[in-house]
Amino acid sequence: MSTVDYSRELSVLDTKPALRELDDLISKPLETKPNKKFYIALSITLSMLSLLVIGLGLTFYYGIGMWGNNNPVGWAFDIVNFVFWVGIGHAGTLISAILFLFRQKWRTGIARFAEGMTIFAVMTAGMFPLIHVGRPWLAGYLFPYPNQHSLWVNFTSPLLWDVFAVSTYLTVSLIFWYVGLIPDLATLREKTTNKIKKAVYSTFSLGWRFSNRHWQNYEMVYLILAGFATPLVLSVHTIVSFDFAVSIIPGWHTTIFPPYFVAGAVFSGFAMVQNVLIIVRKIFNYEHIITLDTLEKMNKIMLLTGSMVGYAYAMEFFIAWYSGMEAERFTFLNRALGPYAWAYWIMITCNVVSPQLFWFKKIRRTIPVMFVIAIFVNIGMWFERFVIIVTSLSRDFLPSSWAYYKPTYVDAMILIGSFGFFFTWILLFTKALPVVSMAEVKAVVDGAQPSHKEHM
Amino acid sequence: MSEKILYSFSAIFDSPDQVSHAAEKVVELGYTKFDVHSPYPLHGMDSAMKLPPSKLGYVALVFGLSGMIGTLLSLWWVSAIDYPIVIGGKPLFSFPAYIPIVFEITVLSASIATVLAMLFVFFKLPNNSHPLHGTEYMKKVSSDKYGISIQAEDPKFDEASVRKLFESLQAREIYSIYWDNEELTHKHKIFEPKFITFLFVVAIISSGTAYFTLNKLMYMIPFNWMMDQPKQSAQQKSLVFSDGFGMRQPVAGTVARGFMPYEFKGQPDVAGEKLVNPIPISKESLKLGQVKFDIYCSPCHGYHAEGDSRLRGQFPNPPSLHSEKVRSWSDGRIFAVLTEGQNIMPSYATQLSVDERWAVINYLRVLQRALNAKETDLQ
Repeated sequence: MSTVDYSRELSVLDTKPALRELDDLISKPLETKPNKKFYIALSITLSMLSLLVIGLGLTFYYGIGMWGNNNPVGWAFDIVNFVFWVGIGHAGTLISAILFLFRQKWRTGIARFAEGMTIFAVMTAGMFPLIHVGRPWLAGYLFPYPNQHSLWVNFTSPLLWDVFAVSTYLTVSLIFWYVGLIPDLATLREKTTNKIKKAVYSTFSLGWRFSNRHWQNYEMVYLILAGFATPLVLSVHTIVSFDFAVSIIPGWHTTIFPPYFVAGAVFSGFAMVQNVLIIVRKIFNYEHIITLDTLEKMNKIMLLTGSMVGYAYAMEFFIAWYSGMEAERFTFLNRALGPYAWAYWIMITCNVVSPQLFWFKKIRRTIPVMFVIAIFVNIGMWFERFVIIVTSLSRDFLPSSWAYYKPTYVDAMILIGSFGFFFTWILLFTKALPVVSMAEVKAVVDGAQPSHKEHM
Repeated sequence: MSEKILYSFSAIFDSPDQVSHAAEKVVELGYTKFDVHSPYPLHGMDSAMKLPPSKLGYVALVFGLSGMIGTLLSLWWVSAIDYPIVIGGKPLFSFPAYIPIVFEITVLSASIATVLAMLFVFFKLPNNSHPLHGTEYMKKVSSDKYGISIQAEDPKFDEASVRKLFESLQAREIYSIYWDNEELTHKHKIFEPKFITFLFVVAIISSGTAYFTLNKLMYMIPFNWMMDQPKQSAQQKSLVFSDGFGMRQPVAGTVARGFMPYEFKGQPDVAGEKLVNPIPISKESLKLGQVKFDIYCSPCHGYHAEGDSRLRGQFPNPPSLHSEKVRSWSDGRIFAVLTEGQNIMPSYATQLSVDERWAVINYLRVLQRALNAKETDLQ
């Protein structure tokens, strides 16, 4: 993908597979019938998804009074889940765009999958702001369009910025993903013998011809898209953090939020990508494509972002004390020692303490251990959003309006169901499209590029 | 049309080095209508093929900038011209608050435009009827081989020399690729039965969905704009209360705010003795009394209380208020008449508040005095 001299670097893939073998291996899940394990996994995720359907049905029929949200805590699981899932999505764009700009070739094995996860995670996330307005079928009013009421939306509101940021993010991620898929779909088109599949692949590959006159422009567009997606991904979580930072609630009204949220998003996103990829590489025998080196590099990024998040927690406390503002000081002491102290300490343990284990090379390279740590990171990052949103709201300026928030069973159903929704898409994705980019991986196999020596 | 038309001569190579060298050679020999095919982009191929730099960057620049300026202009028009509402004390055109949206739309328009331009304008895709499709050559270059294809259209094209060139470059295989006659002669008709059926199905589905959504779905819970609410309306029958009334009587002895009950119902003489006019005579109260008198009293009693209204001559004649009887009544006695009515005159308690009734009485005293002035008034 770049003009870097490959000979000086470690090869991305463990072995030097023949290009044809790579095609066969990557397209194998698409050509074989799903086995029993797949159906068991699918039945689990579909059961979780049905919880979501029931939870949403109850919510729409009876209203959001079915949730635990109470008077001071008007934002709870709905927004916690939204921020959590948007954050999960960020790793995908980071891998596909930012690492592309930095010419990190190890990204090729995981980029497609991570981009897919971005799209599914943003879809899951996008659901929550819609359902939390209570009547999501009226969500069209969120978009500014000339209407007979002569009304316009409030362009100065962070909540509206969010609408633009998340929908742009989803659209650009989809485009990026699709542009990456076109050559692979064309490869599949040439490979398949099934007539229906051939028609589908022909349609979606648009008749791609592997022409180098095209590749040249294609690489340019890929670079441009990566260049756009990089500031975009940073802007999305920045704007999500503005939902809080622009308000005046103690614990929300801080300028540290944008970088702190972005670091947290990358942190949780990498944990999720790592978890899912460990399973995928095992099941589909991609161990030599998604190598241990790749996983180790992901763990290093988790260590870095985890430490940034830990620093942000410390800095929040310092600034609360340094600001001299009583309400701010109280909020932070209340987080660590108040009624939600259990959530705060779960967050600290999972987010700050557990990734520090990645300082040890042995742990970075032991798959079961890193898998467990990444699960902890995801739990911790979910609790981070819970701590930020719920503790700040439950005890704000006016002690007479303080209240303790408790989720209801509908909240729990929707949370579990959102995982079902996400993983159902992931499972269908693994069987419907190549989860590793064939064109990109082939390009980084040793000897796949001209050596540019004077020959003959 | 039975003879096939040659599209190109194509050669397959095993290694990227070979194809890169071959491309250089082809350019050197002056061929222009040729292409290199490889399963992934080959580094340095653009310089080997002597391709000009990609122009797609300009597309991104133009559409990104116009998206940015367009968004900024529309935000300005919406917030400062069409719908000027001050929010949060910010100026109507608050640029810093528009940065996020302007940025998002810039990225969105540039990304979409660049990709669409690449696929549909630069590459002229979708094109599944290209002669290279469905060939063995395409199968190979899509997976693990590298190929060069020199088109028959090229001015320097000559079957023998191209074949010789490929052989000298140690090509593994050489294919001659032909146009598909059927595709060349095939004409798409609008009125094909398949297309008509497709249109028909689309029409049925879209109109059916629109009908269902607008006429059925919008009247179902929970989509019905909260029309169905579990609450008791004022005139509805109640299932909760034994008397069946949705509206309840107030608790006995309830007094509405500002409305003290009238104690002397049916006892105008007692009222005349007990009630005292609490409103002192002042310019304001007389003014108020005049306004209210002209509205409520004058239609019968006349503007001067002489009973000289348009109703004079009816039965019973509206009485003059300058009679000895009325003049000798106390304020309280008149108040009783205004409150309860008398003979054919109805109660004015709902039209005139307590204070207004007293003000009307004050004004009436002025009218009476005007017709029966005393000597002392002249001094």
